[in-house]
Amino acid sequence: MIIEWLTGFTIVVGSGFMLVAALGVLRMPDLLTRMHATTKAGVLGAGLIMIGVALHFASGPVLAKAVAIIAFLILTAPVAAHVIGRAGYFMGLSLWDKTTVDELKGRYDEATHTLTSPPDTDTPPDGQGRA
Amino acid sequence: MIALIWNIALMLIWVALTGSFTAPNLLLGFVLGYLILGLALRDTPEFAKYVGKVPKFIGFIGFFFWELLLSNLKVAYDVLTPTHHMCPGVIAMPLDAKTDGEITIVANLISLTPGTLSLDVSSDRKVLYLHVMYLVDRDAVIRSIKALEARVLEVLR
Repeated sequence: MIIEWLTGFTIVVGSGFMLVAALGVLRMPDLLTRMHATTKAGVLGAGLIMIGVALHFASGPVLAKAVAIIAFLILTAPVAAHVIGRAGYFMGLSLWDKTTVDELKGRYDEATHTLTSPPDTDTPPDGQGRA
Repeated sequence: MIALIWNIALMLIWVALTGSFTAPNLLLGFVLGYLILGLALRDTPEFAKYVGKVPKFIGFIGFFFWELLLSNLKVAYDVLTPTHHMCPGVIAMPLDAKTDGEITIVANLISLTPGTLSLDVSSDRKVLYLHVMYLVDRDAVIRSIKALEARVLEVLR
């Protein structure tokens, strides 16, 4: 009985977060803020649904699969967000007009594909010459 | 690392001796192996470090999921209410993580926690460029991300 309630709760809340992720894509003003909405809510939503599935079936193989799916979601979703966000940024998509600071602007050299760090960065004593 | 392998070996020996290959029994074997290592090899530095790391790792997982939940509630609130409360910005955060593996894990976890998304690492690996959703106080944001990074490095090193 309690397991049933827990299963229902995690699946409903998980679906809710997925819905928020989808709405976020519609509602957010620019690419980077959209990536925020989809990455975090997507991982949490799918993770909660997998927890619900594992609770419902309560067997070793299903539990192992659910754990593996959650682990790979946590590993891969931020990488995808990084690659999409980075590509969009360097393609020259404009940021939302209320964006306050942009410290990345003009630091990427397209010819050599190098990205410089800001000049005022505190240099750690052993961080010299790593490129 | 070698200590973790020994712990897993002890777990497998326990499972082989008791003869039931199930999740609870694997977990019990791991806990027993951990206790044996902690008692028998507490004078060896390598193992003593490992014994301290396991509770930190478990604490970190709890902390991480709590942060993941908080970040989602915040973003969900902004998506569902008509006005945007955001003041986004791109900032450069100095990195303490050195190796590729450390930087990858730190950047991944930053992407999953409140209002921050890793964009790119500078070619000299000194800073990580982040997109921050609620950039009200730049120093406070950097401080909270540095705290997360310190916790990650504590577990990794």
